[in-house]
Amino acid sequence: MKVIVCIKQVPDTKGGVKFNPDGTLDRGAMLAIMNPDDKAGLEAALRLKDQYGAEVTVLTMGLPKASDVLREALAMGADKGILVTDRVLGGADTWATSTTIAGAVRNLDYDLIITGRQAIDGDTAQVGPQIAEHLGIPVISYAQEIKIDGDKVIVRRQYDDRYHMLEVKMPCLITALSELNDPRYMTPGGIFDAVNAEITTWGRADLKDVDDANIGLAGSPTKIAKASDKVRKGAGEKVVPDTPEDAVKYIIGKLDEKHVI
Amino acid sequence: MQNLDEYKGVFVFAQQVDNEVSGIAYELLGKAKDLAEPLNAQVTAVLIGSNVKNLCDKLAEYGADRVIVVDDPELKEYRTEPYAHALSSVINEYKPEIMLVGATAIGRDLGPTVSARVATGLTADCTVLNIGDFPLEPIPGKESEQKHNQLLMTRPAFGGNTIATIACPNNRPQMATVRPGVMQKIDPIKGAKAEIIEYNPGFTPNNKYVEIKEVVKAVSDIKDIMDAKILVSGGRGVGSPENFKILEELAAAIGGQVSCSRAVVDSGWKPKELQVGQTGKTVRPNVYFAIGISGAIQHVAGMEESDIIVAINKDEDAPIFDVADYGVVGDLNKIVPELTKQILAAKAAKAS
Repeated sequence: MKVIVCIKQVPDTKGGVKFNPDGTLDRGAMLAIMNPDDKAGLEAALRLKDQYGAEVTVLTMGLPKASDVLREALAMGADKGILVTDRVLGGADTWATSTTIAGAVRNLDYDLIITGRQAIDGDTAQVGPQIAEHLGIPVISYAQEIKIDGDKVIVRRQYDDRYHMLEVKMPCLITALSELNDPRYMTPGGIFDAVNAEITTWGRADLKDVDDANIGLAGSPTKIAKASDKVRKGAGEKVVPDTPEDAVKYIIGKLDEKHVI
Repeated sequence: MQNLDEYKGVFVFAQQVDNEVSGIAYELLGKAKDLAEPLNAQVTAVLIGSNVKNLCDKLAEYGADRVIVVDDPELKEYRTEPYAHALSSVINEYKPEIMLVGATAIGRDLGPTVSARVATGLTADCTVLNIGDFPLEPIPGKESEQKHNQLLMTRPAFGGNTIATIACPNNRPQMATVRPGVMQKIDPIKGAKAEIIEYNPGFTPNNKYVEIKEVVKAVSDIKDIMDAKILVSGGRGVGSPENFKILEELAAAIGGQVSCSRAVVDSGWKPKELQVGQTGKTVRPNVYFAIGISGAIQHVAGMEESDIIVAINKDEDAPIFDVADYGVVGDLNKIVPELTKQILAAKAAKAS
């Protein structure tokens, strides 16, 4: 069984977002990490490796430094890392990203593709289903549980007020929720091997059946008209009362002032 | 190349589940009416399901001029494939200029699949939609290249820290998903009727049809936190599921409802329906109490539009204080019960 996991390197927003003095986001000060939903997808794939001896290939598209998340994935136990990087692929929206990744995946054998539901920078949740559409395979989004039964995969699919148990014949694509599992840590031996592991690097020329009109900034149907870092309304008052009674007095006073009570 | 001028009208995916129209469908119709006005266009609801024709009148009451119904036994429960086939066939046949879909657990699966199939752009989780020019300002010397009457789609990204306005100038339809609870529905017009078109593109199961083995509905009589005027929201700092009792008591005293952060749901203390934030619900109550919530940006993105935010946290540096109108540094275990007591006393005093 062959599994491809699509992962993305994203700026870390956990443990504090850094702001510039003008209230805008300081991206340079934030660490780059493996996107959490993708990591859950990787863990799901590694469990299939543990159980069924699945071969796990991790694939990412990004700048050359995105190879860091591939090495992390290898250190966790993935077998092979592929980096898709090329200047002409930059500035892609979800359509152009998904055509690019589908073009890379067409070079590979696979039974299952797992992506995270969404990345914490863009939050769109679109790339997974769009890759499946380009490849002509079924998609199951929002997976809370993944099981294999012969040539079929059984998935618990989350909805707003229910879940469905779904079954489909592979190949298919699944998007993983981070509550799917707790990803394992890298092992010391794995880290050692990953540092020296060879990462396959593909560029534009390596993409299969992808039209130039569908890649990069120029091939993106959506265009940014305006972008700004959101300046928040800012902090109001903050008090450090001596006693709980004082704290309550303060809150009641404010609620009264605003006619809430 | 598409002939963009062929594409007319504002379409809304009228999500229904178990033969009941989802609230988001009415919200989208309300917005679609706004957008249709400057375009001088019609508002069309696309209703997909099995035995759902009875829902057309409701869609008319909430602003649909026309309803296209795709009714087929294959469409009884939501599944990506037959629904994507239904909606993309409607798009190819009726050529909308704008296609709006709710950013629900259904729409965020259907939207991307359909947009890839009809080869157009899709902007996710929009919070503002309007009609305008692209580029926003004409480029000197290239004034004639500025396009008018474009859908401008504004969305937060980066957990709500950045805001982008996006257009889709060269492809049709212009597609957007919209977060529930953001757009306003209109007051229903009793007795309104819409033109009804029945359309069936034919459904032949193929490799993309998944099989539903089981449907498990969450049995719950929990009121939707998106409708609450006052929310008493707890985070990991509440300490234990049992300790949420003091929040329940405060909520009862002040006439509010309890909600929570993602950490609480992840720990299994509260159901996902009560989760506020980027991966939960967007709320904008009159008063939001953030109790023992540190204030990760993903949480803040879901509650920062609340009118009044009161934060109680023992950590003076918690980021929640950056968005709170009234921040109190202290022990929630002492403050919350006392607050409940005082509110009840104040109410009793007013009543007498």
